Amino acid sequence: MPTPEETGAAAPLAIAVRDLRKSFGTHDVLKGVSLTAREGDVVAIIGGSGSGKSTMLRCINFLETPTAGSIEIGGEAVKMRADGTPSDRRQIEKLRQSLGMVFQSFNLWTHKTVLENLIEVPVHVLKTPKAEATARARKLLARVGLAEKEDAYPAFMSGGQQQRAAIARALCMEPRAMLFDEPTSALDPELVGEVLQVIRALADEGRTMILVTHEMKFAREVASHVIYLHNGVIEEEGPPDALFGAPKSDRLKQFLKSVS
Amino acid sequence: MQSLGVLGASTLDLLAFAPPGWGATLLRGLWNSVLIAVGAYGLGLGIGVAGAYGKLYGSPWVKDLLAIYTTLVRAVPELILILILYFAVTDAVNQMIMAFGGGRIEINGVVAGIAVLGVVQGAYSTEVLRGAILAVPAGQIEAARAMGMPAGLLARRITLPLMLSYAIPGLANLWLTVTKDTALLAVVGFAELTQATRQAASTTKAFFTFYAAAGVLYLILSIASTFLFSRAEKWARRGQRRTGD
Repeated sequence: MPTPEETGAAAPLAIAVRDLRKSFGTHDVLKGVSLTAREGDVVAIIGGSGSGKSTMLRCINFLETPTAGSIEIGGEAVKMRADGTPSDRRQIEKLRQSLGMVFQSFNLWTHKTVLENLIEVPVHVLKTPKAEATARARKLLARVGLAEKEDAYPAFMSGGQQQRAAIARALCMEPRAMLFDEPTSALDPELVGEVLQVIRALADEGRTMILVTHEMKFAREVASHVIYLHNGVIEEEGPPDALFGAPKSDRLKQFLKSVS
Repeated sequence: MQSLGVLGASTLDLLAFAPPGWGATLLRGLWNSVLIAVGAYGLGLGIGVAGAYGKLYGSPWVKDLLAIYTTLVRAVPELILILILYFAVTDAVNQMIMAFGGGRIEINGVVAGIAVLGVVQGAYSTEVLRGAILAVPAGQIEAARAMGMPAGLLARRITLPLMLSYAIPGLANLWLTVTKDTALLAVVGFAELTQATRQAASTTKAFFTFYAAAGVLYLILSIASTFLFSRAEKWARRGQRRTGD
């Protein structure tokens, strides 16, 4: 079968965010940002602290409630009231099940073993038969190099191991897209590589991903599209080589200089 | 020596299970105490979970009502609450039944005891559980939300198991309190351990023997429960590293 690039047809839309606004009280964190990810796209969001990049990501699965704007996942518009709050709780739950989220601080459940963490939502929410979920979980643990750790409790593993387990937990739901919120920021420098390697492998196999990161080199290598946020607006965006190789805005030039 | 032996024999006779010994009466009293304690504790935990969630996530008027409940119950001495709830509530129920043309009923002592102590326990449980839920790392709850877990399932599978390790020390205290609060039901004439002891002591005039025996029974109960709670705490802490490791 010819790929979309060969036929010239665009891949279907996975995530479309339009004119998203978010305020905390009188403080406007996002002042109208948009993002489009087609199936297989890897969109990296970069920016300084306080730029609103994490908030933007967290609005996509409604961990933060947007103040205004529209969000579409897999062509399905999220039903929102005029004030931005979602109006259909079940729709939000279904939508979240289709987006695998990976957090900065891993957030594995400490009272469950690694394997129990992976099969929790597939078995108890998605009603996957336990044997099937367990088999899938073991395959994923092997992929992220944690086959030996399925009975370990998260607190007894390194940060890198915990984050790889958290990625496997998100994958175990067979999500449509993955959302990464600074997945390596809480890691000791020597553990960053093993996590990036896993994320890179996911990008290589064509997974749709949105990635908030401080790892500029990594963003340049894996992203198909990069968004630079500053003070809640998109200052510049484009393909990684253009954005990192020939930045147009002064702010982005300054930002890239400060992080390199 | 001789007289001590006689005393020992008579003490054993008094505590014998077969009449005229009072051992069986005491044990029946202990059984009633444990029954009421377990029932009231369970009811208190149920009220506590609902109360804690209500206080944390309820609407403003739910929070206000719960604040009144926990403040009042924790401010008034248990003995007075028991007298109020037992006599006033029994009376109110009977008034209602009679208004509908029924006859006066005698409220079952165990049920009344469980209800009264359960309401008291519920106020304390609400506060213990509220604190424990707040101690659960927010990220772990957020991870479950981010995976689309519905609220009820999230509470049952994630929040409540996680908060247990923080709640168990406080809940163990509440259990020890309720086992001893059952003694207060003696004032309403219910045949729990203290009432049974009082009966045995005043009949035989062997006050020291019976009150000492009752004390030993309460002690055994609390030692056994302390052991069980420390096992439970260990289980609830599975997966946690001890600080200082």
